[in-house]
Order: sequence, then C-alpha cells, then structure tokens
Amino acid sequence: MRAAWSFLRRLLSSPIAAFGAIVLVGFVVMALFAPQLAPFEPGAPNLRARLSPPAWAFGPEQYFLGTDHLGRDILSRLIYGSRIALLVGVAGVTLQALLGITLGTLAGYFGGRLDIAISRLIDTLISIPNTILYLTVLGVFGPSLVGLVLVIGFIGWTTFARVVRAETLSVRNREFVEAARALGQRTPMVLLRHVLPAIMAPIIVVATLNVATVIILEAALSFLGFGVQPPTVTWGRMLADGRNYVATAWWLATFPGLTITLLCLSLIFLGDRLRDVLDPRLRGR
Amino acid sequence: MTAYILRRLLQMIPVVIGITLIVFVLVRISGDPVVLMLPEDAEQWQVEALREALGLDRPIPTQYVMYLRDLLRGDFGTSLRYTNQAALPIVLERLPATLQLTLAALVVAVVISFPLGIIAAVYRNRWPDVFSTSFAVLGQAMPNFWLGIMLILVFAVFLGWLPVSGRAGVASYVLPAITLGTALAALLTRLMRSSLLEVLNQDYVRTATAKGLQRRSVLLKHAVRNALLAYVTVLGLQVATLMAGAVVTEQVFAWPGIGLLAIQAINSRDMPIIQGVVVVAALIVMTANLAVDVLYALIDPRISYT
Repeated sequence: MRAAWSFLRRLLSSPIAAFGAIVLVGFVVMALFAPQLAPFEPGAPNLRARLSPPAWAFGPEQYFLGTDHLGRDILSRLIYGSRIALLVGVAGVTLQALLGITLGTLAGYFGGRLDIAISRLIDTLISIPNTILYLTVLGVFGPSLVGLVLVIGFIGWTTFARVVRAETLSVRNREFVEAARALGQRTPMVLLRHVLPAIMAPIIVVATLNVATVIILEAALSFLGFGVQPPTVTWGRMLADGRNYVATAWWLATFPGLTITLLCLSLIFLGDRLRDVLDPRLRGR
Repeated sequence: MTAYILRRLLQMIPVVIGITLIVFVLVRISGDPVVLMLPEDAEQWQVEALREALGLDRPIPTQYVMYLRDLLRGDFGTSLRYTNQAALPIVLERLPATLQLTLAALVVAVVISFPLGIIAAVYRNRWPDVFSTSFAVLGQAMPNFWLGIMLILVFAVFLGWLPVSGRAGVASYVLPAITLGTALAALLTRLMRSSLLEVLNQDYVRTATAKGLQRRSVLLKHAVRNALLAYVTVLGLQVATLMAGAVVTEQVFAWPGIGLLAIQAINSRDMPIIQGVVVVAALIVMTANLAVDVLYALIDPRISYT
C-alpha cells in the first residue's frame, strides 16, 4: 500500500502528469455522470434553435457551446460522447493487451517456429494500412459497439506483441527465470509469476498510450460512418456533421476535436511520465 | 547485399499469402457472390451452373488456390459498382492521387521535423525545445482529420486562400498534405530530438569538438548523420500509417485517391475493388519497408548483410 502511494506521488510530482491525471479523472466523471451533468438530452432536437452559435459568441444563452444542424446541444453531446470514447478505448486496449501479451510472451519465450509464425502474422497485419483493414472488416460484419471493440482488439494487438516479445527475449535467460525453471516450476507458472512481472513496465506504458491511439481511431471510424451508429453519440460522428457545416457553423467541428485532443493529451502526458518513472532507460524518448 | 535483398523478398512471401488469406476469408464471409451476380428470380439450375462456372462448388482450399492464381494474373474480379469493369485498373487509376498525397505529406513531415528536432536537441530545455516538444505532443494528440477540418475553416473558409476540397493544381495539395503529414512530423521531431541527444553525448562527438571543428560542422557531419539511422527507419515504418491516414484525409478533402475509393466500395460492398485496394496498399507498404532496409545498409557501413 505504501509502495502504491509513493509510486503515485512520484508519478504526479510532475505538474504535466498531474494535469493529465486531473483531466483524465474529469473525463471519467463526465462519462459516469453524463445524465446528471448534461444540461439537455443529447438527442433532443430543437428545430427553432438550429445551428445556434455558442452562448458567448452571441448565441442563445442556454447553449454554452451552441447547437448542431438539428438544434441539439453540443455540450450535452460532448458529455455523452465521452462514454463511447472511453469505453471503446479501455475495452479495445484491454483486448489488445490480452492478445498481444499472450502471443508476445509465447513468441519471445519459446522462439523457433512459433516465434516465426507469430512474427509473420504481425508483419501481415501491419502491412495493410490499418484504417483500410478496420473499415473492410466493419463493412463486412456491420458496425456495432461490440464489433468495433472486437475489431480493434483483434487487429491492433501487434504493438503489444512486438514490445512484449522483445522484452521477453531479454529476460528469458536471466538468472531469476532460470532459477524458477531449475526449481521445477512449470512453464505457465514461470511465464506468469516471473517473466510477466519483470516486463510489466513497458506494458503499462504501451497500454496508456494505446488508449489515446484507439480513441483517435474510434473517432476516425465514426467520422467515416463505421463507428457506433446513431442515436448513440460519438465524437467522430459529431465531427462528420461538423465537416458538412464547416462553411457556416465553425463550432460544430471545433469543440469535438478540441475535446478529443484534450483527452488524448492527458493520456500522453500520463504515459510519458509513467515511462520516466517505470522505465528509466527510456527517459526522454 | 543482393543475397540480403533476396532473403528479404523470400520473407515477404508468407506475408503476401497472409494478406491474400485475410482478404479471401473476408470476401467469402461478406456474402455469396452468385446471389449478387444473378437476378433475384434466377432458377436453381442457373445458380448451380454459375456456381460451377466460378468454381464455387469445389473445396475451399482449391478455391483459395484458384483465387491466388487469379490475383497473380492481375485478375481481381469485376467491379459490381462500375459495371463489368475490371477492378484492378480502377484501383490503379486512383493510385497516383494517393501516392502524390502521401509523398507530399512525407515532405511536410521531413521539412518540419528535421530542423525542429535538431533545434530542440541543441537548445535542450530552453524555449526552442519547449516549443518543438509542445508541437510534437500536440501533433500526436490531435486527430488528423480534425486538423484538416480546422485548416479548411481557417485557410479556405475564413481567409479564402486555398481550396476547400478536391485535387486541382498545386494549391489543392497544401492543406491535405499538412493534414496527413503533421502527426508524422510530430513523431519524427521527438525521434530526431532524442536520438540526437543520445549521439551528442558520444565520445566521437566530443572528440570532434575537441579537435577544434566548428560547432556547425560537428553537428551536421558527425552528430546528425548518426542520428539519421533511427529517423530513416521510423520514416519507412510509418508509410503504412501514412496510407492509413490518407483514407481519412481523402474523405475530409474529397481527394480522389484509393482511400475514398475504398470507402465507397465498402459502402456498396464492392468486394473486388476492396480486395484490389487492400492488396495494392499492402504491396506499397512492403516495398517501402524493403527500400528502407536497403537504404539503412547504405547509410550505416557498420551493418553488413551477408
């Protein structure tokens, strides 16, 4: 417990990381309490207030960030949109991590043909520009929340696998792993008890940074019409609407993009700091 | 060197097979092509006949081999949307627009990141470093398509300097190239900074300075040249990311490349076009990666590939 506290204190001793943590907590609170926080129903149209500018830019005072082409409150939609972004980000990265860590440790620990097979699979997946692959698969199976998470997990695990494979390679012949083997521990135990804890630091860093990547990816897929479908609010879909009204209503596209950027910034700040604290070798990279 | 290139080419074979397998499976899952090709009131015997003619009555592995044979001949099937046109020429016709956009983005990325990364490392922890590091982080956190929309807003809508969309003339390249290139510029700035910082601490750089060489000459001839290795590697590995980003960028700017074509094809379930785009894009990425490996060997005499 004390170790956890001291770790957290070291992590947040950097003002930038502390800022990131506060923003991230803010977004989580926003997602959890969206119904209490949002001033309006996110899907409720108000046709008399279509495309109203933000309140502080001479718009109607009840709409702080203005309304969209159907008169829906942008602030409320942003608040609700955080739910899908965080859900897909966390669930997608969790699945990526499960697959990537499993395949990466297997490839790194056993080497040989298994390693070659897994490495070629990674080569294959990273050779196809990812959006094209994601869109094709989503196009075939039809877009849905579960489908989106599965696709992100099953295609995007390669970063985890590559990092984990390299780290496993570097620890598999270290004394503590050999000692465990010599003591007669079975391979799954050696992997779970000894190898995995030793390579946890880079995994945590990759996970944090990947959440940002996946959030941007989710927004891009929604922007292209292949994300979670309406009436569920997604930031990417809001941006697609904003693109259509860019010449007449600047606020439609501006705020969802700023929101995504802010959330991803907070994750990158935290990820970079985690790297500094957990893995001093990589400091400054 | 030749042996090395040959070995790399051999390594590409399983990857190409993997890609075709993925595409084959997706095409098969997406629906029965016979149903799509025949009118709804087709008789059962007509369905059977077409199935036999297309080889769809054979075992799946046989079908895959037949499919590979067709791909090798450049036969990706005929587009469903562009009636009776072969899919591959349609894809290849759109390819130059995407390649030009990608290349322009690459230029943007290098032109920004190269000096910015060097300045950041040389003025470490002073304001030029703070500026370029902020740019690097922001460039990573921003969705590129949002940047594109914002650029349209400022430079096309408010200022009216550049076209909103489309591909006509040099001016139309500016915004899409910046949109696509910024994230890479951010990544490369970070990379240039960190690898240069590492190199600047090395003995040979100190020796060069001690010899009395000018600072500029030490920096450019000794330090930057060695920092280039990591830079070029990442540049090559990012070609896939750039092409992936091009899909979204093309949508923002109505840019008539293979990304826009892919989205239209996916929306209309035009599988021959989709597989054409996937295979062509993957081949480009693999070629770029191979080119980088070769370039790597040329830049770094320490690496021998025998």
